Formats: sequence, C-alpha cells, structure tokens
Amino acid sequence: MPRDPNIKRVMVIGSGPIIIGQAAEFDYAGAQACRALREEGVYVILINSNPATIMTDTEMADRVYIEPLNVEFAERVIAKERPDGLLATLGGQTGLNLATLLAEAGILEKYNVRLLGTPLASIRQAEDREEFRTLMRELGEPVPESWIVTDESDIQPAIDSNIWPLIVRPAYTLGGTGGGIALNEKQLREITKRGLALSMRHQVMIERYLMGWKEVEYEVMRDANDTAITVCNMENFDPMGVHTGDSIVVAPSQTLSDKEYQMLRTASLKIIRALGIEGGCNVQLALSPFSFDYYVIEVNPRVSRSSALASKATGYPIARVSAKIATGLHLDEIENAVTKKTLSCFEPALDYCVVKFPRWPFDKFRSADRTISTQMKATGEVMAIDRSFESAFMKAIRSCEIGIYGLSNKSTQQLSDIQLEEAIRVPNDERVWAITEAFRRGMMIEEVYALSYIDRWFLRKLQGLVGLETRLKLNGTAISRMIESGDQHIILEIPSNREDFEKTDNAEKSQNGLSQHHLAIRLIREAKRVGFADRTVAEFAGVPEMKFRTLRKSLGIVPTYKMVDTCAAEFEAATPYFYSCYDSENEF
Amino acid sequence: MKAILALEDGTYFEGESLGAPGRSYGEVVFNTGMTGYQEILTDPSYAGQMVALTYPLIGNYGINLDDFESRRVQVEGFIVREAADIPSNWRSKQSLDGFLKERGIVGIKGVDTRALTRSLRVRGVMMGAISTDESKEDILLRIKNSPKYGSVDLSKQVTTEATYCWPAGVESISDADIDNKPSEVEPKYRISLLDCGVKYNIIRSLSRLGCEVTVFPCDATPKEMLKENPDGIMLSPGPGDPASLTYVVDTVRELIGRKPIMGVCLGNQLLGCAFGSSTFKLKFGHRGSNHPVKDLRSGKVYITSQNHGYSLDPDTLKDGMEVAYTNLNDGTVEGLRHRELPIFSIQYHPEASPGPSDSAYFFKEFINTLPK
Amino acid sequence: MSQSKGKVVVIGSGPIRIGQGIEFDYCSVHCVWALRAAGYEAIIVNNNPETVSTDFDTSNRLYFEPLTVEDVFNILDRENPDGVIVQFGGQTAINLAKPLNEAGYTILGSSCESIDLAEDRDRFEKMLTELGIPKPAGRAVVTAKQALVVAEEIKYPVLVRPSYVLGGRAMEIVYTREDLERYMDYAVDVSPKSPILIDKYILGKEAEVDVISDGVDCLLPGIMEHIERAGVHSGDSMAVYPPQTLSQKAIDEIVHTATQVAIRLEVRGLMNIQYVVDTATDTAQVLEVNPRASRTVPYLSKITGIPMVQVATNIMLGQSLKDQGFSSGLYPTPGSISVKAPVFSFMKLNQVDIGLGPEMKSTGEIMGMDTNYPRALYKAMIASGIDVPSGGSLLATIADADKAEAVEIIREFSHIGFTIYATEGTARYLRTHGVTAESVKKINQGEGNIVDLIRSKKIDLIINTLSTNKRIEREGSLIRRAAVEVNVPCLTSLDTARALLTALSAKQEGTEFALATVDEYLNYQPI
Repeated sequence: MPRDPNIKRVMVIGSGPIIIGQAAEFDYAGAQACRALREEGVYVILINSNPATIMTDTEMADRVYIEPLNVEFAERVIAKERPDGLLATLGGQTGLNLATLLAEAGILEKYNVRLLGTPLASIRQAEDREEFRTLMRELGEPVPESWIVTDESDIQPAIDSNIWPLIVRPAYTLGGTGGGIALNEKQLREITKRGLALSMRHQVMIERYLMGWKEVEYEVMRDANDTAITVCNMENFDPMGVHTGDSIVVAPSQTLSDKEYQMLRTASLKIIRALGIEGGCNVQLALSPFSFDYYVIEVNPRVSRSSALASKATGYPIARVSAKIATGLHLDEIENAVTKKTLSCFEPALDYCVVKFPRWPFDKFRSADRTISTQMKATGEVMAIDRSFESAFMKAIRSCEIGIYGLSNKSTQQLSDIQLEEAIRVPNDERVWAITEAFRRGMMIEEVYALSYIDRWFLRKLQGLVGLETRLKLNGTAISRMIESGDQHIILEIPSNREDFEKTDNAEKSQNGLSQHHLAIRLIREAKRVGFADRTVAEFAGVPEMKFRTLRKSLGIVPTYKMVDTCAAEFEAATPYFYSCYDSENEF
Repeated sequence: MKAILALEDGTYFEGESLGAPGRSYGEVVFNTGMTGYQEILTDPSYAGQMVALTYPLIGNYGINLDDFESRRVQVEGFIVREAADIPSNWRSKQSLDGFLKERGIVGIKGVDTRALTRSLRVRGVMMGAISTDESKEDILLRIKNSPKYGSVDLSKQVTTEATYCWPAGVESISDADIDNKPSEVEPKYRISLLDCGVKYNIIRSLSRLGCEVTVFPCDATPKEMLKENPDGIMLSPGPGDPASLTYVVDTVRELIGRKPIMGVCLGNQLLGCAFGSSTFKLKFGHRGSNHPVKDLRSGKVYITSQNHGYSLDPDTLKDGMEVAYTNLNDGTVEGLRHRELPIFSIQYHPEASPGPSDSAYFFKEFINTLPK
Repeated sequence: MSQSKGKVVVIGSGPIRIGQGIEFDYCSVHCVWALRAAGYEAIIVNNNPETVSTDFDTSNRLYFEPLTVEDVFNILDRENPDGVIVQFGGQTAINLAKPLNEAGYTILGSSCESIDLAEDRDRFEKMLTELGIPKPAGRAVVTAKQALVVAEEIKYPVLVRPSYVLGGRAMEIVYTREDLERYMDYAVDVSPKSPILIDKYILGKEAEVDVISDGVDCLLPGIMEHIERAGVHSGDSMAVYPPQTLSQKAIDEIVHTATQVAIRLEVRGLMNIQYVVDTATDTAQVLEVNPRASRTVPYLSKITGIPMVQVATNIMLGQSLKDQGFSSGLYPTPGSISVKAPVFSFMKLNQVDIGLGPEMKSTGEIMGMDTNYPRALYKAMIASGIDVPSGGSLLATIADADKAEAVEIIREFSHIGFTIYATEGTARYLRTHGVTAESVKKINQGEGNIVDLIRSKKIDLIINTLSTNKRIEREGSLIRRAAVEVNVPCLTSLDTARALLTALSAKQEGTEFALATVDEYLNYQPI
C-alpha cells in the first residue's frame, strides 16, 4: 500500500533528557524519523525538552517545541497544531509513556489524533507483564514462572514455590530501575518493596532467574501488510542476570546453531505479529545452554537502545524504516538506504563481528556500587567492528576511554586468587579483566565457566588473546632490538619484497633456523590481526608507541578498510561506512 | 599447513589448510548465511561446488549428529575466513576441522572471503581449486584441464542408488531406520519423491505432516513413480544445470495432470521446463538465508533460504503455468503456480535448514492439494 | 565529490559519559554539515552507535573506529586529508591535538599551541596576569604544611577540595587556619598522588560564555548565568539566558576579557570561558577556559539563533566573522528567557551521593523556555523531573554554616503554606528566628525518625545542605538516598531552593505558561 494520504501533520515525541537507560539513541532515532517523515511530505511537529539534541534543531522539523514532556504541555501542542497523527514509538520509554497518558486522558480522541505505527493496545500488551504473559501462553511461547505483585503481601506464592533465585522486575521503568536478584525470602521482600515504589503502575514481576542461560535479542520489523523480518540478532557475552545495557553484546550471535537461531527468530516474528506491531520491536529471549529450551523474557514494542545498536551494526536504519511504516508504507516499498539498489524488505547479512561495550560512570562515581546486575548503570556505550571477535573486542575496549587499551587492568592484577574468583563470579565493570588475569594465572576455561557461565566460546577467545600476549611479552626484546638496532636488512628489505617474504614466513622454515626477527614479525602480524594496540605491543617491547608504529608500517603491516553494506558484499553499496581490519583487500 | 585457493581467472588467495590436506576442484560460489554451515556442507545441491562463506567466523558451534541434510559432505571444497578451533554448543560432537578431515574434504581458512565475494560478484562465479601441495601455476593448469561445472550430470552423482521409503512421523533416519524401522504413525498420505539431490528436511517436513515418502532415483520412470498410486509427487532440489537434465524434464512432463505436484528449487526449474520455459545461469546465484520473495497474489513478502545458480525464463511459460513468486532483489522467478491443476513449485527452500522457516507452510499447502 | 574543495576529518566524541554527553555529538554533526555545505568532503571518526554522527548518511565517509592515536592516525594515513578538526569532539578530540600536531597533521581552527596555552594551568595563569585579567589565586598542594602556606598567601576564606573527589566528600569553604588544619587532618588524604586544590574562595555568581573568534573579531552569542553559586560544577548547575542578576559592569567585563583571551589565545573557532562574579567587588574573574566547543553550544545556538558550529567551522575553513555577517561583541538578547537544568540518574546508582559539588554528576539536561524568568524556571524544573510541590511538607536539615542564609528561604516556604519539619538543631535555629518548625527524630533515635518520615512519603520537599562534619554527613547521605528511593525532590544548594521559590511565584502569579516553538521564542519581543 502506498503511503496513507490522510497523514499530513504528525507530532513526534522525543525522549527528553539523557539519563541512564535512555541516552543519545533516541536523538538518532528521532532525527531519522523526522527526516523520513518529511521525505514523505509530512508536516512534522516535534516536542522534546532536551535542547542538546539534533532533533530539536529548527531545521529538523516544521515546528520544534522545547517544552516539558508532560500531558499538560503535550495537550497544548496538540490543541495548537492539530496533528492528525502521533508518532511515539521513537521517543523511548518517555515517549511511549506520554502517549499512553495522552490516550488514557482521552486527549487523542478529543483532538482526533491517530496513534501511528503500533496500536496502543499492543503497547499495553507488551508492557504489562500480566497481559504479556497471557498472550505468550496463547501463542504457546514459553515464559518463565512468574508472579505479578502489586502489594508486598502478594509475594507469598512466590516464596511458596521455592524457586530460587528469583528476579524482581518493576513494570514501566527505564533500564529496569529498581529490580534485582533475590536469593532468599529476606532479599525478595526488600527488592519487591523498592520495586513497587519505583514502578509507575505500582507493579513488579517476580520471576524465575535463569542463571547461566544465554541472553539473546532479536530486532524485528513488521509492516501493516504483516510482512515481518529480522534486522539483527545479538548475543550477550554476559549470561542472564546482567541488564542488556550493561552487557557486552555481540552481533550476530556466535554460539547459536542455525536451528537455535531460527527457532528464536521464528518465536520473535510470531510475537511481533501477534502484538500487531507496526515498526521496530525488540525481543529478548533466554536460551538454555544445554537444550533447545528457551523463554521469552521481554518485548519492547518500540525503537530502543538495541535498535540503534542493530542499525549501526547492520547498516539497516530501523528508526527511519519504522517512521516510513508509520505513514502506511510497506517494507517492500521502502528503499534500502545503504545499497540504494535493494529494498528494506530483506534481512541484513553481516560479514564481520560487532562488539558493543558499555561505558560505566564509575570513573566519576568512585563510591558507587560497581556490581552490575538487572539495574542498568552504564551511561553510554561503544561499538567496534572487525573481522574477528578478538579484534572487535579489543577495539571496543580502547574505544571506552577508560585508560585501558587491552587485556590488563591494574586493579584486577592486584587481586588475590580468591578475590579474583569473586570478581569473576559477581559481575562488575571490570569482570573481563578479571577473566584475562585468571587466564594469565593459569586458570582453565572450565573453572572460569563454572564461576561466570560465560559461554566457553568467548572464554576460549579471551584465553587465546592472553596466550598471544604472553608470546608478545617474551618477544618484546626482539621487537625492541629490531627498532633500536635499526636492523635495516630486515626492515628495508621486506616492503620491497613482500611476497617472497610472506612465502618464507611459515612454520617449517622457522624451525630450520629463521631469525628471531622473523618470528617477531609474524607475531606482530598476528597481534594486529586480533586487535592488540600498538601501544600495548610497544609497552611489551619497552619502546615508544610511535617508534613501534614506524616499524609496523615499514613492515607493511597496515590496516585495510572494509565497508558495512547490509548484504555481505552480495550487492554493490552506495553508502560509505567503513571499519578497519588487518585483511587482504582494501575497499577505499 | 599452507593452502592456496586459485580461480580460473588467475587470481589466488593464500591461507591455511582446513580439513584434509590435498587438492579439490569445483565451481566457487558464496553463501551469505551467518549460520548453518553443517547443513550447507551436506546439501546435495552444492555438489560440484566449493562454497565460500561470507560470514567470517565459522565452526563456532561445531558439528552435531542432527543437522545433516544428507549422508555425505556434498561440497567439493570449503572456504572460510576463520574456523573455530574449539567449538562450543551442547550438541557439538566434533570441530569443523576434525569433521572435514575425517570426511576427506579439502578446505582453506584464512581467506578474505569478502574480497573473494566481491570478485565473484563482479566477475561471476568461476571454477577454482584448493591445494596444499601445488604451486599457483600448477593449480591454474589443473583448473584449465578440468571439466566445467554444468558439463557433468551431478544429479546422477547425488541421487539415491535405490528407491527407499521414509515412514510417516519419523524425525531422524539412520541407514538402519530406512530399511527396517516400522512406521511411527499410520501414514495419511503417500508421496513419491523424485530425488535429484534431496535434503533430509524436505522428507522430514512431509513425514511430520503424516506422509510416507518413497524416494526414487532421478532416472526413475513415471511408471515406477506412479506404480503404488501415490497421493502426490514431490520434485526435489538438486545440483547442476537443469538444461542438461532433459530426461528428468521428460519424466516430469509425463507426471503432469496425473497427480498433485510440488517442486522445490531444481524441482521448480524442471517443472518450468516441462511447461515450455528454459533456464539461464545467474551471474553469481542466490545463496543465503535472507532473500526477500514476494507472493504476487497476496502481496506479502517472505524471507527465504535460497541456493540456486540458475533461473527460469518467465516469458516462455505456457499451458496454464504462471509466475507466482518473484525475488525482490533482482525480480527473478521464485515460484510457479498452475492456473487449474494442483501444481506449484518454488525456487527457494521451504524446508529451510539452514535459514528461516517462514515458508514451511508450503508443505501444508501441498498436503491440502492431495485427495482426501 | 569531484568538485570537492578539500577533505576534512572530524574527530567525534566517543561514548556518552558524565561530563561528555550528547552535546558534542550535536557539535560534530553540525560541523560535518557545515563542511559539506561549504563544498568540502567531510569524514567522521567515532565509535558511539547511539549517535547521529555515526548515522551512515551524515558524513561523506564514516569510520567506525576507536578514537586513539593509533586508530585515528591509520585513517589519516589512508585518507590524507587537508585538515583535521578536533574542536567539536569534547575532551576526547582535544586530547588528540598534541599527537596530531607532533605527527605533522594540519589541525583546522585554534592551533595546538593555543590549546596547550589554555589547558596548562601555569602558562594560562601567567597569560592572564600579563593581560591584567583577574583570576582567583590558588594552587595545588601535596602536603598539609604546603596547604597552610598557600592559604596564608592567598588569604582566607579558601576553597579546598581534593583534585579527585572520593567518597562523595564535598569541597569546603575554609575561613580559618584552624579549620584548614582540621580539614587537612581529617577530611582528606593528601599525598603527591592525590593533591588538594586550594583556591581563594570568591563568593559570587558563576557565569559562562562561548566565544567565536576568527582571530580578529570575537562574537559572543550569549552569556549564561548559573543559578547555583561557585563550587557546583557548571554541568550540574541550572543556568539562565539572558543573565538575570549580573550587572552591566560585570557583563561588560566578561565581554571585554573574553575577547582579550580569545585574541591572545589566537582562537579560530570556538572557546568557552567560565567566570565567577565577585559579589563584594562586582568583578568578573576567570575560572577556566576550554579551547573548544562546550556543553552550552547547542542551547546557545538554539536560543540565540546563531548557528555557532557552522560559523566556527567556516572560520576554520578561512572565512571571517564579517564574511558571515557577524561582528564583534555580545549578540543582542531575545525577549524570551531560557533556563537549562541538569538531570541526574541517581535512581540507578546505589551508594552515590546526590549532593552537588565540584565533580559533575548529571547525565543530561533539559531546557525550559518562557517569556519570564519564574515561568522558564518552573518549566525547567518540571521538565527535569522534579515533582515541584506547590505546598505540603518541607524537611530542612541545614549545615551550621548555611543556617543564617537558609532561614530566610525557609521562612518564605512557610509563608506560602509549607509545613516545616527540621532536625533538632535546625528546628531550634528556625524557631529562634521566628519560623515555626517541627522537630524530627534523628536516625539513631528509633522509630519514626527522619528516614522513616521520608519513606512514609509524608514529605514533599527536602532541603539538605552538605556539612563538613563527618557524622552529620553520614546521616545526610542516608537522608538523601532515602529521598532518591521515594523520589522526593532533595535540594542540596540553597540557590536551587531559592530558585524553586521563584518558580513557585510563577504558579501563584496565575498567568498561563507560554507555549511556543523555538523560532517563536527567538523572535519574541516583550510588549
């Protein structure tokens, strides 16, 4: 169906101030939405109280209101501007809550404003735990045992079930505010009390805590024609129990077989269809590491932080397409903005690995409790792209600007063995360095797994990095000697003669007496491939970073740049979006 | 151990040996699916081909006992960027490398498969060879002297040697099961399947719906296939150039009007040919789990699993056969439907494995065309 | 891009963190747009997936990479651009200026030397002295003995604070040698690793100004006056534009000295200066200079109508302010009033003290616009999530040093109908000064104590100023956490409390709040 001609004036609600759980992603989403709507000839009226955003620029919308995001001011904007549509699914939980309040107060009806995209009933069904559970039961989609509690006295059945640990999640809050994991009755009572106080609806859900299960997310889209697609799936490095916003996240999933991937994809699409969502939606699932069992954990019936990540990870502009869908367009009527050749109705194929790393505020809040759990604490995040998990992971770490450039962190190195085990068992912002330190001290994958339940595939990758780190340290002298002696023979010979050199650079010949320099060069190449920073290698060699950089470049070890194109190179892409990698072909 | 992949145009990639050492040869194609390497390795439609996966991290979840799409590894060679040394998944029984070694498949890792894909996209699919013991020059010479893809009848290589029966309600079938195991449930329907390179999941999908499936070799006669008076005919996918399978097209032509027919992938092309169309080779084929296909009747779009290098010419279809599905990326034919007869076919894979199962409803649709 | 005039790389600002928020993404994006509009090829490097700058159709080329020297240099090696812009990516980008300069890359805008001059504490002080611009005297010390020497030298009162704030300890204003000795002994650990900053404390208003300079002319789009006094991080204070209480003399001084500094630093593009206006002498003293786009650029751009980033970018590309139709000096102010207010995320962070101090704690900000100050203030407060109470119960726990000042504020709350609750000491003080107040039990006095009272939601507003007494502070922090738990507004600065009174006067005044677009506010002229 072409775009709905009745949609002429649309009010867009922004997400307000940046707070933990609601950061810049909604400026990105909102700005995209405004642009997408105006491309369709829509007159856009924007309300957002946050002046630091691109979306509140006067050129982003036809009318920009920097006014408080509450019912009173929103109603006055509606009364003054008389929009025929309201787009609320791009302004985070703030936007959605305000739209809900406007609808409940009868204001939308009074001014004849249509809620575009996902219907209000779907939003309620997805957000109200009880309605959601009922729907899941109807669909035959498994949800963990849980109890809705609106009063402290309601928790007896949960206690009686004797399922421990239990997780407490308040309804209608941002970033899981006020939730927590209870190991016993006392903790359950405490967390429930706090959660009830913080929930907009004075409602919390107590649920079986799926300890050690994999947490997997699907970003899905649906249009009014019931065409539904998956934009991206993502796997959390941290198993269930850590808020997704505080988890290291990998896209696409790494440890799921096709059967598992498709099983969860099918479930996600079934849910988005049943909810009748029009636009983007995020489905969070828990997958057993020992069977095909899974549970549906949560659905966000709107564009979310994960959608921003998925958009950047794949090149698929979820917010933009969601806005177009809201105007009545179908997925197969919207151009793929990256390839400009294909349509938005496809599923992106990635040919790289994406790692998201949270950015926590503990450098500022030194006294804060650094434990990470179901309550989000990160203020922001970084994303890194590379051809291997290791290199994307290493890039993500150095993107955080926390004074750590690789696998070592001073404070975790000072821990005793027992403290180290504790630092792996109870997640905090430094857990990955506790893990690398554990491997450095000779702990085995199985031991770390038993403490953390982090999938062995990820642990194996970290262990491999630590192994390479050891070899780099051992060869530090060889590298520094190469720089200091200015061994021109090797340094100058290689670039002019690279191909021949590469040919000799193999294991058999090294055993037959190749110089230590050759081994060191091979090691440098390997180190760069898996993402070690120049700074780290230089440190091991005891030389300044710039000197090592010069050596590396003279050895012809330089990154190539590849394109993010949504389609794994199957089609030519028009949008220049690049990441570096130490691979063979450069695309720019 | 070092390994080299060379293409017929003279380009080559250096990497490390994956699987068995030695030499392999085939048409080099790429698949953009991010999961499903075990299914791809064992899909008979990849016979005669060396598959490069665009997703760089392969083998993460190992090899398990369930995800075989046929008894053998069907690819000639396997090309990846990185193969996991230690897999991690509860079903994993073996690493990718160990599995390929055991099956004698010569592969290569450490290849910039994106660069390879870009080159295939621009120049089209090419013949290529992997070797752990030859010089570049020798490999290129070997490619030059070997038969081209399409010049060999690959269906004959992958089809079942003898007719066998897959009972209704059976999920997984071992060799012993095929011969001895009694049917789990009373079959509601009996299907004759013409095997040009069938994937287990097609049979499994039918079996799950209560069908007893009799699988015939690709050179079976119509008479043989109709002998037991089946309720319907299934035409399987398979490798190779459909144009060279005139004997199968003849068989199909004779089956038209006798029984309800469903064709999948090669089966779609064979049906098309039986209805007057012909096929042409796509530049680099459709191989992946993300291809959008539009149902021309409903306007709905489905994400499909695809694996084909040839496509039907829509203009020469006759005798009531129509294009019912098209690919949204390049507009090619993705399925046919007969105006009156209970005959339809799709170019993609309703059985998925790997890929999305959005199109699994086709099996039900087929069942619905069968006489009650 | 065959007709491109050149190629410019813009360094982004990385992840959102406290102190470096979305505003720098705003700046980076506008820089890219300005470059493209001027006919240049704009390349952006950034790693934050949440932002507009990393949208793949913002720039001509996007590199999703870490912002370290190594990763950025690799891109520059590949791109070989005509210049690099580091002014818009916050501290992340500015930190790259020196290595970029050393490696011989061209930095567009203010030079590396300007940046260094502004950021090096000693060099900067010397420069101000040369220019004759006043600045509060001060120094960093690493021993208690040094502290006493410095304090004698700069004269009491002094503002003391650890250079890193640990454990939520607030900075302190110290009036006597004895107090300083006590502070150094008990309040902080001082060592070469954790120096203590000692500055002459100047009681006064803080203000800040952004300057756009082409080296000849200096345009000041607007001065923002902070509502909380000196000592609260500028990112955590409320601020109003145009200034409400600054004298013309102070404004003139700000314009004059800011221009002097910008010219002396040879700024090309943007610079931000923070001032304290001494209440006693009404002189504007320089606190700090940031040789880059600041947090206030997006607001000021919106409320003054000057596309600040675009103007600054064009300067970097060689245009002058005059070429762009601007001249030197302070830009005329509109008739509307805008108040910026911080927003905190304390609910998410256990064990973080919510008291305002020199370390920034807010994660975001909002703006309230209206046609008069009280209404703009009120809007800012409700938009920032404060559930502004128009009456009910006020709980006051005031540090001894603040009691005299607090009494008038609390009296005012009492006048407009608030019931006043206070801790024993505060209540007694209030009563002696004629304010009716009910005493509340301390935490250790059993059931029905102050925290219970807060948790029972019988309190609508809390004013709790920070004390230097550790025991009292421990209680204070429990009070503040309880306030966060039940979501009751808790003000730790008397200035914020006074502002709340002003805002409430808007409610009582009865006229309706304005509702207008940004453009309408910009063009608003009071009748």
